[in-house]
Amino acid sequence: MSVHQISFELNGKPVERSVGPEVLMADLLRDDIGLTGTKIGCSIGVCGACSILVDGTLMSGCLLPAIMVDGRKVTTIEGIAPSEDELSPLQDAFIRKGGFQCGICTSGQIIAATALLAQNAKPTREEIKEWMMGNLCRCTGYYKIIDSIEAAAGIDRANV
Amino acid sequence: MRTYDYSAPASIDEALAALKEYGDDAEFIAGGTSLILMMQQGLVQPGKVIGLGNIKELRGIKRSADGGLEVGAMTTHRQLETSPEAFAYAAALPQSLGVIATIRIRNQATLGGNLVHADPAQDPPPVLIALDATIDVVKAGGGARSIAMESFFTDYFETTIGEDELLRSVKVPPMPAGSRLAYKKFLPRTEDDYATVSVAVRLGVNPDGTCKDIRIGLGALAVTPLRGKAVEKALLGQKLTPESIREAAALVRDEVDPLDDVRGSAGYKREMARVWTERTIASLAGVELKAKA
Repeated sequence: MSVHQISFELNGKPVERSVGPEVLMADLLRDDIGLTGTKIGCSIGVCGACSILVDGTLMSGCLLPAIMVDGRKVTTIEGIAPSEDELSPLQDAFIRKGGFQCGICTSGQIIAATALLAQNAKPTREEIKEWMMGNLCRCTGYYKIIDSIEAAAGIDRANV
Repeated sequence: MRTYDYSAPASIDEALAALKEYGDDAEFIAGGTSLILMMQQGLVQPGKVIGLGNIKELRGIKRSADGGLEVGAMTTHRQLETSPEAFAYAAALPQSLGVIATIRIRNQATLGGNLVHADPAQDPPPVLIALDATIDVVKAGGGARSIAMESFFTDYFETTIGEDELLRSVKVPPMPAGSRLAYKKFLPRTEDDYATVSVAVRLGVNPDGTCKDIRIGLGALAVTPLRGKAVEKALLGQKLTPESIREAAALVRDEVDPLDDVRGSAGYKREMARVWTERTIASLAGVELKAKA
């Protein structure tokens, strides 16, 4: 069966791989490239644990054939901090506000919220809920996830 | 998942040539949100998959000179949902895309993929039936045809599209002057669920309160999406009152043939079809329904 040379930008660095057409992005990232921050939960596009950004657009890594990212820019949880010593505002806020419990959904939550804040810097609580609807937290820590996103966006709820 | 040969041609002609070469062993892949799952479950096992992502001719949303709208097959749900052109055509059209699954899936799933997948509980079909849409299809070896949305679906997960054909675009005609569109998706379980039942209505009202234009699309109420012709016929030209709408909406029960599933029994869905048909028409007509005595 066919094998394809793909090249794409992963977290700012060029990557080249040869893949079969059936290889999915979540598996390529975790098993081949070794970036295990992207989690696999449901494997059917529902839970959001495998959320990644492709050219800045939020997608499910578990439903995306790796061949489809050829020539594009992919961002995973490992690529959103500005440097080795610094967290992104969302990563920092999730820690400060207790935006996670067991942590399995957290990579996906932060990636999804990164996409939200990139196009809506000051979302309302309702807008956050609508956007984040596709990222499930089975510890059900939803309020603190929303609080964390508001904190990262610099929204002070006491003054809203 | 079983592996397969893959190519991603840059034009419709090349895609159709690849389709012709592999025949019914080939599948097109658009966004992949349905096909990947079906291949993983072994429900579809193509030897050849043809990617449509590099074909520019399949992209874009255009307002036509007459006020209609043409949407390329590879347009994602999210692109249509956020399209100013679609919003200017009829606000309820992009809004109806906004109730499908989640933003992440809407970023991947395409309109063309949604239609050829032919799941009877999907949201775009009833809306497009109400809008009198046509499907533009191109054939391997030359030729093209247009299919009315209401006759596109033939059975559960089946359409009239042939093994040698590709869905190119969806066209909706201009809205009749004064007509408006509404889509109601009944979601008693969770916000990201498939519809338990869904109803789309395009309605126009004359100054004297009579019905000038009515088209009804029904989702999740049979093995295919349906058009609610009996209800349309009962109301066209008639005065729109709480009583006339109630009487006409009751006819929908005999037009549908729902399946029993986890979202409800066939009998329950039949009754919900009546309720949501009545409410959707009444909301567009500006008619207040009275509580049943």
